[in-house]
Amino acid sequence: MILPAGLNAYLVVAALLLVIGIFGIFLNRKNVIVIMMSIELILLAANLNFVAFSGALHDMAGQVFTMFVLAVAAAEAAVGLAIVVVYFRNRGSIEVEDVTLMKG
Amino acid sequence: MINESGMFSLALPIVAIAASALVMLLAGILSKRDHAFAITGAAIFVFAIVGRLVFVAPTGVGFHGMLITNAFTRFADILVLLGAIGALVLSASFNQRVGIARFEYPLLVMFAVIGMLVLIGADNLLSLYVGFEIQSLSLYVLAAVARDNLRSAEAGLKYFVLGALSSGLLLYGISLVYGFAGTLDFAGIARAASGAAGARLGSMVGLVFVLVGLAFKVSAAPFHMWTPDVYEGSPTSVTSFFATAPKVATMALLARVLFVPFGPMLPHWQLLVEIIAALSMIVGAIGAVRQTNIKRLLGYSAVGHMGYALIGIAAGTAAGIRGTLIYIAIYVVMSLGTFGCVTAMSRKGKPVERIEDLAGMAAEDPRYALALAIFMWSMAGIPPLAGFFGKLYVFLAAIHAGLDVLAVIAIATSVIAAFYYLRVIKVMYFDRGAPGFDPRSIGMNVVIYASAIGLVLFIFVPGSVTVASAQAAHVLLGSGF
Repeated sequence: MILPAGLNAYLVVAALLLVIGIFGIFLNRKNVIVIMMSIELILLAANLNFVAFSGALHDMAGQVFTMFVLAVAAAEAAVGLAIVVVYFRNRGSIEVEDVTLMKG
Repeated sequence: MINESGMFSLALPIVAIAASALVMLLAGILSKRDHAFAITGAAIFVFAIVGRLVFVAPTGVGFHGMLITNAFTRFADILVLLGAIGALVLSASFNQRVGIARFEYPLLVMFAVIGMLVLIGADNLLSLYVGFEIQSLSLYVLAAVARDNLRSAEAGLKYFVLGALSSGLLLYGISLVYGFAGTLDFAGIARAASGAAGARLGSMVGLVFVLVGLAFKVSAAPFHMWTPDVYEGSPTSVTSFFATAPKVATMALLARVLFVPFGPMLPHWQLLVEIIAALSMIVGAIGAVRQTNIKRLLGYSAVGHMGYALIGIAAGTAAGIRGTLIYIAIYVVMSLGTFGCVTAMSRKGKPVERIEDLAGMAAEDPRYALALAIFMWSMAGIPPLAGFFGKLYVFLAAIHAGLDVLAVIAIATSVIAAFYYLRVIKVMYFDRGAPGFDPRSIGMNVVIYASAIGLVLFIFVPGSVTVASAQAAHVLLGSGF
């Protein structure tokens, strides 16, 4: 199967988003909210891939998948924020450096 | 391919759990008092009924290629339901004792089980992803269910961050597989994977991401970082659920993904799975040695056990898959029994989790000590207990498939692992102390003694498990190639 040349640009942007998202999770030492934003970036990278491939392949399945991912991302953000709130109530902080009760 | 009349009945077990969970959710919200105990009982009853429905549902592919049922999915479904029932039985009295008995708890377990049944039966990457997320979102909440407890909140936070990262990577991998194979359907991917070289290379990159995402969930090294923390921080009732049902579901999914859509690429992924299996066994053995908290010890032990189970998948043969399935089946029973003993560890309503707290147990409560000793011997793989046979089947499969190095690592690590399992027995039988634990509930006793008897008697009736798993392995490979 031959993919059109324009597809490459989308794939590169998506790959960059993925890398930024992963680095955002591991290099960030400040705030848990930044981690949630990074997770969102990773999901968006996958979404961009799906839409780009869907256009290139003339196949609707990729766009349908994107809708599912958007719904899941919203649910994930809701659950994640709820857990962050529970954590903040107990600890009084959401600094990444403070999440160190259990080790080893 | 698409059997219109069988479409709905194929999903009968899933629909049954979903419908009853929604009814129970309404009942829980509308009633004035919190009927946590009654709803837990109802959930156990529903799971038992669904265990029967799994066999009523017809075999085949339905929902336009989204879901599949066959001997393999049935085997995994039954194990998931068994793990969920056991974990709920243990949770009923434990949650009341530590003050987290809310009706949401059994409902979250039910929603997680829905996700597991979906992902076991997934025949399309879309249903795989949706099932995976239904399971994961429920598990994130369960980890943080003791919301007034800092350790539980921290476990939930860690599990959420790492779990969301892993499902993000899984999703990115799925998008690459979709792009290069041109389809989301398992059978279509298998066709593309055995076709053009370009499509195969792209799918391989996607497969690596998918493998990372799934390895995260089965807590295989080097993606195991969350396991000890979540095992330790979550309430023990939640840990006992985490140690059983999700492990079965994700391991079954891993086997399905590797052998059905990516079956033609076996030579490409075999080395990756071998490395993950070897690392898991080593990390599990070394990490657990210096642990003093029994839940943390069991967390590392779970990493090691997943390594042994992965050996069978790495072998890439029907005998290997059969070995993995037998291993997982025995592992579920061992875990349930062990966590039954751990949930029973409490003084004056406060859970205690150090291994030293067990000192003197043999004198005070010989039956408990004997049961825990049986679980530890079985986990260490000492014959004639069931754990030995689990290891035997995967090791044999590995040697027949020519994976001698992996078999040697497996045997060396199980010798190291025997040290920390036997240390628990030594503390119970030879150290002085007075545990003074609270009396156990009926549910805990049932789970502990039933698992112990099952592990001891497995040697006399191995047929039922081995025949069913051999059929399941045969079906899996038959649809793959």
